[in-house]
Amino acid sequence: MNWCGRSLASASLALAALLSAVVAPARAQDYPTRSITMIVPFAAGGPTDVIARIVTGHMAQTLGQSIIIENVVGAGGTTASARAARAANDGYTLITGHMGTHAASVPLYPNLAYHPEKSFEPVGLLAGTPILILARKDFPPKDLKEFVTYVKANAEKVNAAHAGVGSVSHVSCQLLNSVLGIEPVGVPFNGTGPAMNALVAGQVDYMCDQIVNAVPQINAGTIKAYAIATPERNPSLPNVPTTAEAGLPAFQAQAWNAIFAPKGTPAPIIAKLNAAAVKALDDETVRKRLLELGSVIPQPADRTPEALGTLVNNEIKKWTPVLKPAG
Amino acid sequence: MVDLFANLAHGFAVAFSPINLLMCLIGALVGTLVGVLPGIGTIATVAMLLPITFGLPPVGALIMLAGIYYGAQYGGSTTSILVNIPGEATSVVTALDGHQMAKQGRAGPALAIAAIGSFFAGCVATVLIAILGAPLTKLALAFGPAEYFSLMVLGLIFAVVLAKGSVLKAIAMIVFGLLLSMVGSDIETGASRMAFNIPELADGLGFATVAMGVFGFAEIIRNLDHGAEMSRDLVQQKITGLMPTRKDLIDSAPAIGRGTVLGSILGILPGGGAVIASFAAYTLEKKLAKNPSRFGRGAIEGVAAPESANNAAAQTSFIPLLTLGIPPNAVMALMVGAMTIHGIVPGPQVMQKQPDLVWGMIASMWIGNLMLVIINLPLVGIWVRLLRVPYRLMFPSIVIFCAIGIYSVNNAPVDVILAGVFGLVGYWLIKHDFEPAPLLLGMVLGPLMEENLRRALLISRGDWSVFVSRPLSAVLLAIAAGLLVLAVLPTLRAKRDEVFVESEG
Repeated sequence: MNWCGRSLASASLALAALLSAVVAPARAQDYPTRSITMIVPFAAGGPTDVIARIVTGHMAQTLGQSIIIENVVGAGGTTASARAARAANDGYTLITGHMGTHAASVPLYPNLAYHPEKSFEPVGLLAGTPILILARKDFPPKDLKEFVTYVKANAEKVNAAHAGVGSVSHVSCQLLNSVLGIEPVGVPFNGTGPAMNALVAGQVDYMCDQIVNAVPQINAGTIKAYAIATPERNPSLPNVPTTAEAGLPAFQAQAWNAIFAPKGTPAPIIAKLNAAAVKALDDETVRKRLLELGSVIPQPADRTPEALGTLVNNEIKKWTPVLKPAG
Repeated sequence: MVDLFANLAHGFAVAFSPINLLMCLIGALVGTLVGVLPGIGTIATVAMLLPITFGLPPVGALIMLAGIYYGAQYGGSTTSILVNIPGEATSVVTALDGHQMAKQGRAGPALAIAAIGSFFAGCVATVLIAILGAPLTKLALAFGPAEYFSLMVLGLIFAVVLAKGSVLKAIAMIVFGLLLSMVGSDIETGASRMAFNIPELADGLGFATVAMGVFGFAEIIRNLDHGAEMSRDLVQQKITGLMPTRKDLIDSAPAIGRGTVLGSILGILPGGGAVIASFAAYTLEKKLAKNPSRFGRGAIEGVAAPESANNAAAQTSFIPLLTLGIPPNAVMALMVGAMTIHGIVPGPQVMQKQPDLVWGMIASMWIGNLMLVIINLPLVGIWVRLLRVPYRLMFPSIVIFCAIGIYSVNNAPVDVILAGVFGLVGYWLIKHDFEPAPLLLGMVLGPLMEENLRRALLISRGDWSVFVSRPLSAVLLAIAAGLLVLAVLPTLRAKRDEVFVESEG
């Protein structure tokens, strides 16, 4: 009984201490006074995770507090985003969202538990990952023009692989299909690894995918790339033309990654976080590592919270007509 | 061949540097720990440790992560044998005979043979990676959706053979497992199935959640059950020798060899290779045994074969990563992430471009296996002594470790509650003589089977003949059909035994 009473007393003391820490008004000028949690809505080691880790590693130095990455996977990143949307808006819980979680999710998931614009404050854009049009190495068309003619003529026969409903490869291929006006059979895989395996093995004809894991395969000649869907060529694939150069300017797609805070996070805190992110993007080491991944680092004008807000708004408008609701 | 020795020498030079030896040891130790602690899986651990590898040199980091992966295969058998809780999907079958051996006071030999089998398999598979890695890659590419589907059908037939009791009940459990595996998102449309609008169910039920429930929690409830008092005391009192006897070694040797071969081949296949390997090895032993009824009642081959198979598979599953640059499973995908963080994006040329990394890792696997067997054999004594801990202290610790493990997979409290629910379900099943192993196999194979069936039919535009017109797939289906006939028709089985007797004479 004695033991029980004492432990109860100490527990309530601990609880009181905890409460005062939580309830104490967050003074923006002191921010941050403790470590920050960065939710990454995908598995550790994935493209979004790697970008988040590279940038937040530098941001932590600027802010003088550690940033703990928490990988919460599931439902195309929407589980994590819903959790971040519900978190306290004190600047200590952030999320690295991407094109899927903070734009394409709106048309894809009609029962989405959050809204990219209404539930979040934009903090800053981190990096864009270009999308490539890839095909098995013995797929007949030689360039993008032939590819367009071929898939239009054989729309009944061609198979397009993607990494699962809601994934970047799925969403961007849907855009390509709507630009071409075709509806090929989409073969779903569990992630980009198995999808790439099927493409290398020649079991499927083509897919749209992020640049990161495709570069070594293209260089080794196990698959081929028709075009890169960005305005400029990428330094890691100098011989791959842009979609505009190759004759399909309407297909523009980039998987972007950006930091968001829960709605209502004080503006001074957003400004501090944005400044830290911008500083990270100007750091030589950070830039070098992002470029090695084939990422595109945003121009200074595109790094403000306002610019990110506009981007999200435009992206939702862009993807909504392309993606039919999934379920 | 000269190249091979030069490469291996180079690899050993890399792996024997003090820092890499230390990394290998840390990996082996963490792996053993992860394997031993129920519920804490390799995926969660590698994901948690990934950030630490930031500051390490890339080769050392990958040697450590690889060590965790195959180290967990050593440790995974420990809880299977001691307390009937498989820590990993690959050690589910080990629990069948391993725990029976423990109940007969032979936990020591069971643990020791698991470590010895794993060591042998690890050594052979490492040599295989070094010599045949590149040509074996073709196997990974030859397996398309149709072949996978047929392999999964074969895997389900294995599950029927697993059962020691009623075949009908085993089939019921497999079907129940398949049904459970369908909870979650539809792969083609993304639509939610049987998730009842619970967001945590949107990605389906986790293996750890169900396994901890139907094996771990159900076993605890059963042990606390009044009638089970006696058998528990038996486990504690009857402990005989710690090390396997000569007879044990002679009985296990062929099983270890066959398990290693099966595991090495199936491990190369992306996806559920290691899981199927352990089930297939067990099935093969049971089918080859002169007296199959010993299985499920403490046959040492039933521990030796699957443990060798899963360790061999864990090693050969590195082949697609090292030769194609494509990760064959979730742990490998994390290793690719680790490489990416270090600025190495693996691809088909990774062997030429990163010889330090590839050969250093291959050499480290052999060193790691040696370390693991040295770590694990003396541990046998300690584990066996753990059985003497009074149950009133042991069961709360098991429950806590399981709960932490389940929570750590997705950081989701719902998973812990679900495991509790499955504990009750599992208790009901045990009480009615339904075995949980076929259920788990159905659950693991279900998604692979469904996804590949749909992929194959999407590619063939709904033409079912792909499963028989592709030679590999047809062969697998034929083996499956053969096994099913042998398992289901007891009269035919009797005739088969006669045939064997005749041909032997």
